[in-house]
This record gives sequence, structure tokens and C-alpha cells, in this order.
Amino acid sequence: MAIATAPRASVREDSIRRPGKPGEKRFGLGRIVAFAILILLAVTWLLPIAWAVATSLQTEADAGSAPVSWVGETGVTFAAYAKLLAEGNVPLWAVNSVLSSVAITLITVGTSAMAAYAFSRLDFRGRKWLYAISIASIMVPPQVLIIPLYYQMLAFNMVDTYWGLILPQVIAPAMVFILKKFFDQLPVELEEAARVDGATRLRVFWSIVLPLSRPILAAVSIFVFIGAWNNFLWPFLVINDTTLMTLPVGLQTVKSAFGVQYAENMAMSILAALPLIVLFLFFQRQIIKGIATTGFGGT
Amino acid sequence: MTTTPTQRPPITGAAVRPPSPKRPKRRDGLAGWGFFAPFGVLFAVFMLWPIGHGIYLSFTDQSLTGSGGGFIGFANYLEAFGEAEMWQSIGNTLWFTLLSTVPLVVIALIMALLVEQGLPGKWLWRLAFFMPYLLASTVVSLIWIWLFTPQLGAINTVLTGIGLPAQPWLQDPSLSMVSIVIATVWWTVGFNFLLYIAAIQGIPEQHYEAASLDGAGKWRQLFSITLPQLAPTTVVVVILQVLASLKVFDQIYQMMNQVVTPSTQSAIVYIFDAGFTGYRFGYASAVSYIFFAVVLLVSLVQFRITARKGA
Repeated sequence: MAIATAPRASVREDSIRRPGKPGEKRFGLGRIVAFAILILLAVTWLLPIAWAVATSLQTEADAGSAPVSWVGETGVTFAAYAKLLAEGNVPLWAVNSVLSSVAITLITVGTSAMAAYAFSRLDFRGRKWLYAISIASIMVPPQVLIIPLYYQMLAFNMVDTYWGLILPQVIAPAMVFILKKFFDQLPVELEEAARVDGATRLRVFWSIVLPLSRPILAAVSIFVFIGAWNNFLWPFLVINDTTLMTLPVGLQTVKSAFGVQYAENMAMSILAALPLIVLFLFFQRQIIKGIATTGFGGT
Repeated sequence: MTTTPTQRPPITGAAVRPPSPKRPKRRDGLAGWGFFAPFGVLFAVFMLWPIGHGIYLSFTDQSLTGSGGGFIGFANYLEAFGEAEMWQSIGNTLWFTLLSTVPLVVIALIMALLVEQGLPGKWLWRLAFFMPYLLASTVVSLIWIWLFTPQLGAINTVLTGIGLPAQPWLQDPSLSMVSIVIATVWWTVGFNFLLYIAAIQGIPEQHYEAASLDGAGKWRQLFSITLPQLAPTTVVVVILQVLASLKVFDQIYQMMNQVVTPSTQSAIVYIFDAGFTGYRFGYASAVSYIFFAVVLLVSLVQFRITARKGA
């Protein structure tokens, strides 16, 4: 392999250093057009968010009056944010969102990784069947189960509880599938050596398998977290108590109550979105890498 | 796995000290079930049970209020089959899926191809295109309701500014679905975009080197290397996108202000409405399974098409 790649690499450098070829110019027409389209697309995609931010920094009167503009007549103000943080339930909803999303992520990734390890490495009765059933259930959209699940929550007395919010969201057969595929590729020798030295299965899993799987666990966790943080339908159904709501659900109820409070609505939207945007800025490379290694991230 | 049992006995017999427990090493029965159990219990309680119980409910006249619950055979299914509104909701769902999937795949591909041209500021493009995907549906709906607002909205302001007529975006039944699709494309295209980015980065550099040695220009390389290499990714993206679009609920419910309108209501909105506004759990369960059958059918057709293309 080393012999085969070496000459190719030099060829490549040659072709780059000689920009005389047609279509290889550094600032050719194609490149300029590509750049222009890219800028146009990016601006189109950023404008709605920019507009939301601009609206959130106006007074209600400015935001709701006829000539709409980027900056209101009274100038930039953080009044909408201040009002949201001082009164109302936004801080409480943020806490609920953090608690439930973290819990969902930990339980989902933890149980999925353990099951995936069992399917990948352990030889036990019924393994094939259990795996087949788990994988087949990827085809069932969770939305189709809202009626029986809600009925179940009533029976378990889990409506308006954290349990009812969290537990039905932690089943992710697709994650089991992704993690099993990854574990299958790990070399088994390390684990066998540890077993010979007397390590238990749990110890092998915790001290060898999980550390080796850090990149994929990070990717899977990020997507589970995004899904949990933003999930709407289930939290909306199972939580009616205002103090137990997550941000997306609280936003929806407040929106109906606020009516035309544009600045406040937008400020709340920005507040709800901020944590994930920061998360993405930090983990951008891992997320893309994770998508590349898993094939697909979300469910 | 098969080699372990034969290697094991001599080692434990000779080297290991007496207190080390001798486990029955033929199978990992206990460990296997132990590792599977946490997932298995949750899976059984919150997935298998609802699936089974939903089937049972669909044959009863159970109501959310607790009344009813008697076995009524196929009455719910027969009623659903005869209900024009139900068929329209499934039709709307398929229409939304078609309308949204095409731009969500094509625009994502174009974005990824452009970003991977090696232009400066890669992280900025990525952030711009992926950021909306990080927003909750409620946030997206709020922003787009604001943008679509007839008099004050930014979109109509721009339209009238360049001399075009303002549109009653969400208010006009013939435009509301298109409006929701526009918001959806803006919201979720970033995920497909990232899938394509990852795939483009995975194409071996040698292909391009060989092609440019043979004198193939950029366009030629695009059509004879990049796009064919991306075909498997496109299959994955389309399959995932169709499944995601079929499940549409949030944007429709929120952007139509929780009002169920015939021109936009999707299958899930219909199920939600029947179950939680109409209190008819039995009937809503039956519609859930009818819709699930539609989803399976669509997936089957997709697999058929992709299998044929692969052959």
C-alpha cells in the first residue's frame, strides 16, 4: 500500500502546482459562480434566524407596528429577554428540558450500548430472535403509538410526571443497531486477554469496550440529545402541568396565550435554541465524523 | 467464540489460583440476558406492549374518558375506510412527503457539493445550513408564522418591495401546505446536508487524481465520479427523508394554530385529533394501524425500487 500511494501523491502535487490546465484555474468562472450561489444560499438560510434575533431585540410596540424594520424606532432593547427571565416559567422549563434530555440521553445510550454489546459479543439463548425483533421495530414510527402509550401512562399514573416524560422516549432500536455494527468491528483480542486475566464481562465492557467506542458514543449521544431536547409531540401529550413542561411545549402554550407578542415570542425562541447551537459549535467535527462512521444519526 | 471453550480449561486448570470461580463457560447465558435486560425491559414495556395493546384497542370502542372498551370487531376499521377525511389526511401526508422530499434531497446535495468545492469558510457554511436543524419545531413554527404574517411579515414586505403581490401564505388553503413545506425544507435540510458532506469526504482522492490525469474537467468529474459515488448515500437519504416526512405533525399542528384544516391535516394530526380532541381511543388506534400499513407499503415500494436499481 505504501508503495502504491507514494507515486500517486506526488502526481497530485504536480497537477496542483500546474494550474495551466483547463478548469483548474484557482479563480475560474465556475468557482466564482459556485461561491456566489453558496453565499446566496447561506444568506437565505441565516436570514430567518437573523430576523428572529432582530425582532427579539425590539420593543413590542416596534415589533408589531406597520413598517417592519431590522432596528425598532426605540432602538435595541433586551426588555423581552429580561421580562422572560424575570417572570414566567422560562427558567423552570429550561431546567426541565435539561433534566429530561440528559436523563433520556444517559438511559438511551447506556441501555442501547449494553444491549448492542450483548448482541455483538455474547452467546446466549434467544439472541437472534431478540435482535430480529429489536431491529424490526425500527420500522414502527413512535407517533403511531401515542394512543396506547398515553393509555398506558394513565394506567401507570405517569401523566404529568418526569417518569412519564422520560421513559417512553428512551427506546431507540436504531441506536442498538448502529452500536452493534460498531462493536462488531472492534478487535476481540483485547477483550479476550482481559477475560483470561479474570475480568468480568461488566469490567471488560466498562474498561475496554466503552473507552474504545468514545467517538461513536459521542455522536450517538449528541443526536439522542438533540432529539430529546426538541421533541414536541410526546411531552406535549403527557405533560399538562405548567411547572413540568419542557421549553418547546411551554413555548407552544405561551404562544397561544401571548397572541401578538412578537418580540417576546422570538426572544423565547432564541433562548430555547441557544444551548444546542453552542453545543454544535463545540462538537461540529465530532458530529460530522459521527455521521460518517454511523451512516446515519437520528431516528 | 468457538475457540474459547477449547482454550479455556487448560489455563484455568494450570495457572489460575484455586479461589477463581469456574463458570460454566459454554454459553454466556446469564451475562447475555443481563446485558440485554435493561433495554429489553424498557423495550417490552414501552414498545411491545403499546404495539399489542394498540391492536387490542383498535377493536374496541374505548374512550379517553374511560367509558366504553367493549369489543366491537372491525367496526372502527370499517368506519375509517369509509371516512373521506381520513383518506384526505393520508393523501395530504403523501403529498407533503413528495413536496418536501424532492427539495430536501436536491438542495442538500447542491449545498454539500458547493461547500466541498474547497471554498474558504467551511465551518461557517456548515453552521448556516445545519443551524435550523437544531431548533425545536415550536421555534421554527414561531419564526415562520412571524415571517409569513400577511401585513407585517418579512416575506410579504420583501415581495411588495420588489413589486410582487403579497400572498396570504398560511391563510390560503391552496398555499398553506406549500408554506409549511418551505419552512420544513429550511428547518431540516441541514441533516441531509451533513449526510452528504460525510459521504463526499469519504470518496477516495485517487478517483479524482486518475480522472484529472485522463484530462477530465470538473464537470466531467462531478458526473462520472462524485454523483455515482454518492448514489448509495442518496438512497439512504431518500429512505430516511420519506420516513421522516410521513410522520409530519409538529409544524402542521403549530403553524395552523392548532386548528385542524382539511387541506393540511396529516395522518398523525388526524390520529391526534380523533384521540385527544374526539376522545375516541379505539377509533384513533385503528387509524394508527391503517397509517402504519401505509408507511410499510411506501417503504416496501422504496426497497423494491432501490433493489432494482442496485441490480
